[in-house]
Amino acid sequence: MHEKGWKTRLFSLVNNGLLLVVGLATIFPIYYTVILSFTDPVEYYQRSLILWPRVWTLDAYKHLLSNGLFVSSISVSVFLATIGTLLSLLVTGGMAYALSRKRLRFRKAMMIMVLLTFLFTPGLVPLYLVVRNLGLIDSVWSLILPSLTSAWYVLLMKGFFDSIPVSLEEAAMIDGSNDIGVFWRIILPLSLPALVAFGLFFAVGYWNTYFNALMFINDQKMWPLQVLLQNMLVDPTTMGSGNGGGFAFQVNRQVPTETLKMAAVVIATVPIMLVYPFLQKHFAKGAMVGSVKE
Amino acid sequence: MKELETVQIEPKNRGASRKASTSGKSKTKWGRLWADVARDKYLYVLALPGLIFFIIFKYVPITNLVIAFQEYSPYFGVLGSPWVGFEHFIRFFSNNDFWMLLRNTLAISFLSLIFFFPAPIILALMLNEVRSSLYKRTIQSLVYIPHFLSWVLIYGLTYLMFSQSEGLVNKWFMSMNWETVDILSNPNYFWAMLTAQSIWKEVGWGTIIFLAAIAGVDPQLYEAAVMDGAGRFRRMWHVTLPAMRNVIMILLILRLGTILDTGFEQIYLMMNAPVTQVAEVFDTYVYRVGIRQGEFSYSTAIGLFKSIVGVIMVVTANRLARRYGQESLY
Repeated sequence: MHEKGWKTRLFSLVNNGLLLVVGLATIFPIYYTVILSFTDPVEYYQRSLILWPRVWTLDAYKHLLSNGLFVSSISVSVFLATIGTLLSLLVTGGMAYALSRKRLRFRKAMMIMVLLTFLFTPGLVPLYLVVRNLGLIDSVWSLILPSLTSAWYVLLMKGFFDSIPVSLEEAAMIDGSNDIGVFWRIILPLSLPALVAFGLFFAVGYWNTYFNALMFINDQKMWPLQVLLQNMLVDPTTMGSGNGGGFAFQVNRQVPTETLKMAAVVIATVPIMLVYPFLQKHFAKGAMVGSVKE
Repeated sequence: MKELETVQIEPKNRGASRKASTSGKSKTKWGRLWADVARDKYLYVLALPGLIFFIIFKYVPITNLVIAFQEYSPYFGVLGSPWVGFEHFIRFFSNNDFWMLLRNTLAISFLSLIFFFPAPIILALMLNEVRSSLYKRTIQSLVYIPHFLSWVLIYGLTYLMFSQSEGLVNKWFMSMNWETVDILSNPNYFWAMLTAQSIWKEVGWGTIIFLAAIAGVDPQLYEAAVMDGAGRFRRMWHVTLPAMRNVIMILLILRLGTILDTGFEQIYLMMNAPVTQVAEVFDTYVYRVGIRQGEFSYSTAIGLFKSIVGVIMVVTANRLARRYGQESLY
């Protein structure tokens, strides 16, 4: 396989070069956002093209984090990404574990019930009516309960539990444990790496919650970060004016709205980038698990 | 330590449940069923929250679909609202909006099929040709990132790069004394912009499944190809691509099944007044008319239409994919 002709070298050079362009095109917008968010206001107004600020400042961040609405939106999103993730893991895990036990009666019926939801989705309004009838509009629970799990996650996790030998469970049963005990003390600790992977995906999903909040949340104080961010980003020509309207971010004359916007984008991106190395470790597995089983 | 803990859990339940199934007193069908259910009662407890979730948030909404045939008013509720038959459907299909929505949806979907679908395949082929594994992993780490960013963030980045007043592209044009270009609110660029965004966000992530298919290729095949004098492109064409063919075909067929799904968030975020005519798709329309303007019945009818077409297409696509998968086994 080792031909060393100039053709091969040229091919490698061009190929690697093109990939470098792809990689840079991916990372550049993120880089540009970060450096703009740290750029000094005076410099921002004076220079048109900034690729590296001369003066670095934290003004935009200080200003954002002193804003009550911004802080409350962060706390909503953090609540979603923690409590929501835990609940999602419990609900998905419990159901997936039960469905992975072959002896269970009505197992088939429950599987079909889960699988059918892949096929048919009734649309926005019927779901909206359910959430409204439950009295969840403007409640943080409207952002958790309707998206607790999905057929996809249940199937993936079931596939994982399928691979745990039944003998383990039986040994614990003989020791006098019931199914909940087995699940809690044996199955969950055994599946910790998988749970971490699922948890990360749930957490990213909750952190990125946008559409459900658009539908279910009218009260600005209950906005998650993504909705607030969208309202900050909207420029005058945009009519997608978010919920309720009448939103005005208190603009400080000293900090340009542009650097504020960018600082907000950075703050919303940071948690994703922090968990990204862990995500990357797990997602190849996560993306493949479902396709292997059954 | 773990064993200690397990022993402590409800010793009273020991054994009893297990025995019930094997030597249950009642030999009748119902008796055995009851014994099995009693034995696994805690498994049902574990499954219960999930079951409740699926019933409330996946099945109750389906019953709410009847309002598509009613003149729903929140005061009378789903049970008491007057019936109007197919009035909402007739109104929708005779509305010019219907053709606009259909055109936009199909246009956006086909652009995505032509440009977005092959992109990860090409990128996977390119990555596969990289000799240095460090370089390959670095590029992979970079291109996977956008998959995890929300559409709001991607809208933010797009705005920062392309907006007429603040975007980097236009700032560069200005510094060169060129005229600035209105990219984000120009109907001519809108579909292209959406496609480009999708590619930017998902191309890296999309390579995973193709790289997995490539990894399954027997190295001997490449060696044999080299023996036969095949260069890089020939090996790519005759060995790597055929190895990916099944995955490509199945993904393509499944993609065809979801052709009406254009995704709500991306389009809703990118939409602005000047581009509405090319941007509005079924999902955004249902949201705007249904949730925002409160025309629940009318928008439910639209949603129902889309769901039914969706089911037919997905079922057909799955059947095709399965047939293809079976044939390709031989």
